[in-house]
Amino acid sequence: MEFLIVLAAAALRVATPILLAALGEMLAERAGVLNLGIEGTMLLAAFVGFVAAHQSGSLWVGLAAAIATGALMGTLMALLSVTLGLNQHVSGLGITLLGGGLALYFFRLLYGGASTPPSLGQSFGQLSVLPGTTLAPLLSQYGLTYFALLLVPVLAFVLRRTAFGLRLHASGENPEAVDIAGVNVYRVRYQALVLGGALMGLAGAFLTLAQLGAFTHGVVNGRGWVAIAIVIFGNWRPVRILLGALLFGFVQALQLRLQAEGVALPYEILLALPYLVTILVLALAGRNANYPAALLKPYRREGG
Amino acid sequence: MTTTPEPVVSLRSVTKRFGALTALADIDLDVRPGEILALLGENGAGKTTLTKIVYGMYQPDDGELRVGGVPVRLRSPADAIASGIGLVSQHFALVPSLTVAENVVLGREGGALLDRSKIEGAVLATAERYGLDVAPRALVRAMSVGAQQRVEILKALHRDCKLLILDEPTAVLTPQDGERLFATLDGLRERGLAVIIITHKLREVMRVSQRVVVLRHGRVVGERATAGASQAELARMMIGREQLPVESASRRGTPLQRTPLQRTPLQRTPLVEARRLTLRDKRGVTLLDDVSFDLYPGEIVGVAAVAGNGQSELVSVLTGMAQPSAGEVLLSGERVSGLPPAQLARLGVGRVPEDRLEAVVGNLSVRENLTLEHIGAFTRAGHLDGRAMAAEADRLIAEYQVKAKPGDLVRTLSGGNIQKIVLARTLSRKPRFVVVAQPTRGLDVGATAYVHERLLEQRDRNAAVLMVSEDLDEVLRLSDRVLVMYGGRIVGDFAADEVDVGRVGLLMAGEGVAVHG
Amino acid sequence: MARSAPTARAARRPWRWEWGSAPWWLRLALPMIAILVTFALASVLIAASGANPLDVFYELLIRPLTRRTSRLEVLVRATPLLLTGVAVAIAFRAGYYNIGAEGQLYAGALAAAFLGPRLGEWAPPAAVAVMLVGGLVAGAAWALLPAVLKVYAKVDEVVTTLLLNSVMLLLVGGLLNGPWRDPVSGWPRSPTIAAAAEFPQVIARSRVHLGFVVALVLVALFWWVLSRTHFGLELRAVGMGATAARFMGVSVRATVLFAALLSGGVAGLAGVGEVAGIHHYLIEGISPDYGYTGIIVATFGGLHALGVAVAAGFLALVDVGSTSASRALGIPAYLGQVVQATLLLVTLAVLLLNRYRPARRSRREERV
Repeated sequence: MEFLIVLAAAALRVATPILLAALGEMLAERAGVLNLGIEGTMLLAAFVGFVAAHQSGSLWVGLAAAIATGALMGTLMALLSVTLGLNQHVSGLGITLLGGGLALYFFRLLYGGASTPPSLGQSFGQLSVLPGTTLAPLLSQYGLTYFALLLVPVLAFVLRRTAFGLRLHASGENPEAVDIAGVNVYRVRYQALVLGGALMGLAGAFLTLAQLGAFTHGVVNGRGWVAIAIVIFGNWRPVRILLGALLFGFVQALQLRLQAEGVALPYEILLALPYLVTILVLALAGRNANYPAALLKPYRREGG
Repeated sequence: MTTTPEPVVSLRSVTKRFGALTALADIDLDVRPGEILALLGENGAGKTTLTKIVYGMYQPDDGELRVGGVPVRLRSPADAIASGIGLVSQHFALVPSLTVAENVVLGREGGALLDRSKIEGAVLATAERYGLDVAPRALVRAMSVGAQQRVEILKALHRDCKLLILDEPTAVLTPQDGERLFATLDGLRERGLAVIIITHKLREVMRVSQRVVVLRHGRVVGERATAGASQAELARMMIGREQLPVESASRRGTPLQRTPLQRTPLQRTPLVEARRLTLRDKRGVTLLDDVSFDLYPGEIVGVAAVAGNGQSELVSVLTGMAQPSAGEVLLSGERVSGLPPAQLARLGVGRVPEDRLEAVVGNLSVRENLTLEHIGAFTRAGHLDGRAMAAEADRLIAEYQVKAKPGDLVRTLSGGNIQKIVLARTLSRKPRFVVVAQPTRGLDVGATAYVHERLLEQRDRNAAVLMVSEDLDEVLRLSDRVLVMYGGRIVGDFAADEVDVGRVGLLMAGEGVAVHG
Repeated sequence: MARSAPTARAARRPWRWEWGSAPWWLRLALPMIAILVTFALASVLIAASGANPLDVFYELLIRPLTRRTSRLEVLVRATPLLLTGVAVAIAFRAGYYNIGAEGQLYAGALAAAFLGPRLGEWAPPAAVAVMLVGGLVAGAAWALLPAVLKVYAKVDEVVTTLLLNSVMLLLVGGLLNGPWRDPVSGWPRSPTIAAAAEFPQVIARSRVHLGFVVALVLVALFWWVLSRTHFGLELRAVGMGATAARFMGVSVRATVLFAALLSGGVAGLAGVGEVAGIHHYLIEGISPDYGYTGIIVATFGGLHALGVAVAAGFLALVDVGSTSASRALGIPAYLGQVVQATLLLVTLAVLLLNRYRPARRSRREERV
């Protein structure tokens, strides 16, 4: 029992950045834009958040900087894919390469001489709810974890019960209908990408400001790609995305645990699971996967 | 009816140009509350452009638009909606995965939060006010086309439109749904709405409108009160010549030179036999319903049908682009349905599809497009014989009078030249069986005559030609036999000299046909 | 009219990839514009980091060409980029967005690391041939699943190829940390390949190896196949208009499938080159994103053979130059990656200029 609770606690921790990033990606895709810039956005935001916290001495400043960076990268993606109508695959990858390049460039520029990676010397602590009970380990999480969990019902509500959610959905399914209804499709897509980028930034911030308290080259390490997989696995719905993220977190936590216990197991197989499961889901659903119908299609008014 | 009410929307000297082409010239138009105005014109007369200007999607180059007597600039559909203008376009602007109510309130949600029961109640109230039968909670995805159209109308009404424009609203409807639509429109008119219905069907004009404005080549060529207009007069204005189907049928033979059809014994065996062809789409809707016919060498068989009655699907099946769900096509007794396009071409089936851009790759050169269909003939061990390709291209360009160089990209050519490329590629192989759809759509007079000559040539060299065209005049002029399709079925089969145009027209409109399902 | 509109809309593409259809002067001008804009943007970055942009550009673009070793090093760097660039270009030409060159490269490297140590008894030419074929097959095999899913189940290839990159990296990591771990040093490093399987140097006293020649041959083959063969014409037709290609009798499925496998195979060769020509064993970081950079090479090269060759050379120069700039001026070598990524985005944007041509006229006439 205790083992399970500890495991679940670890799973929640691991799942947090994936969940935040996946929710951000979900917003973008719901509006009709596949944002492959996710990996680079997370890395750059993780870095900027780290630098801001390091320079200012305040984690909160770092957090704000990371969110702003994510939103900025989202804006760039929107500029390329919405305003200019460029190919979403390639512009997204370009943003990932750019974000990664910028982060590593400035990291080397600012901290290049140091032989050990600089540490913040502080990080967001864990908030304990119900201390002293059996569930204490599970409910002793980073604030961002609670926030991410809270975000799930909030976003579910936004998608189902608000005008913004309706417009978002419609922009991803039939942008022409949105345009004809007198709503600016570009604006909706910009909002989705900027908000989504901010969440990706938050995911990056979690890694450097909460989990590690430092920045390293491999801090994101493919988590953005996992998030993309989980959005599909989660069928573009917040609750199912949470489920996917937890599943991933659980497998990862289990693997870490087994490794620590000295169980000889090629953990890479476990780590590959979320990818393989996603591919399987895609293969089974085929084109019937509930892809937003207008995903990847830049919107242009006919003939205009 | 002593005073004419103030127009809801007026156009004054509206002109719209696209490059060198003038799509609309100096249009004046008024539409008043409580009337249904029919905008009649052939394809390409400028009807859709006019709609888009009124709905804020295009800006006029000249002239002005007045709403309620006040000059306005409509920069976007949002402006048009705000001015009380609603549009039901041919392609429904609906989100299939949302409910009716959600679709209706999209863009006008009435606050940041979406109160479902409230919006559903409001939408239902609008629907009831105008007598529209729609369930607010239904998913649009699961609705029939006719019901989706009602949602589109409801969308406009819910935004308090004073003018409702419907662009070819019956093109996608069954006759029953069409009649239902007209009843709805009558109701809207009685409630004081102004309605513009865009159509090229005379029957609809007569059925539903009070006034009709005829457009041709981007100009208003006539205006009549419907009650006082005759169909023949309107048709003459629309087509712009004394060439009504009935007359042209009697004038067949001129100006085209054609030999009378005389079947030699050899030609008494059918070349093509379609046997009980049936095609259903993914949702199980029947598009082709038990279609059977024979084609003999040396004849042109024309298919007459209103758009959307299965003729496109028939072409898809015959050209190898769709697999029939049941039934088969035999060519000289051998089954060819279901064969891939490459094999059909090899077996002597010449194919000219409805959308010519579906037959050419715009970003490939004229030379490549002319040879790709029979690329095997220009290939040695996988290596292209550039010289042979060039020679073939030069030959076909000269023979078919294509105004292009072999290296030009096809998408830079005009529609007529693209059609010539498709014809050249197809007909130069002397196919036994030619399937051709909408052969002259969008072509100018010269190109049209050219295409007609080439098709008659096929007949005279003993090929069997199946021609689908939405231009009834064309069908009647070229065909030795006319098949009429309606609702995915063949409902009439006439020899050329027995064609009764009135009867064909009725059959096309689904009248005198036992309605199926 | 009502019925043709949807197909016409499907055929209409909002953007086009290549420089190919523009007049020749524009074809030359656009890449130049892209480079100028990229460097203008980069100079802001450089100035912000306290260096003189002109000095940096000198180090980046000129200095590597002034010395023999660095000149040859550009060729060494260009080798995998030529291959991944061709690989990506093949796929993109067929309208198949293979983002998986990175994983396919590693698949080839994996095959090389597996075969290499087992070829000790073989004559060198035969061993090298086995290595090449092995890499080709392995790369194609890794590309198979997404291709099959795309062709038979319409599963978007971008996501699947991308995800398989991560799977491949895990697989490589698993092997290197498991069965292939160096038993003596404990390093995650595969056994050294046999001498017979090593790619010979093609230029004395340099690291330029057989892979470079293979890459050049493949660039030439790419040009030849695309412009001079039956398959190449079909490939282009499918990429530019699958429906029309099908109408003209091209088997779209077979073409896309074959293009995808070919693309994977060529990317696999890049992996073989790095193992057999440079390292002689497999380590985890054998490719600093060569697979992704291949997308930049292909895009910037306009999906043309010559363009790909020039683009690969240019990006390799920036790669080598950024190391040199880092050494001489203390500018982080990651500047190279920033410049390359910016170049990709700017290229995409500049290609928009290519979109507006008199070409649209005919379409309009019919539409009105």
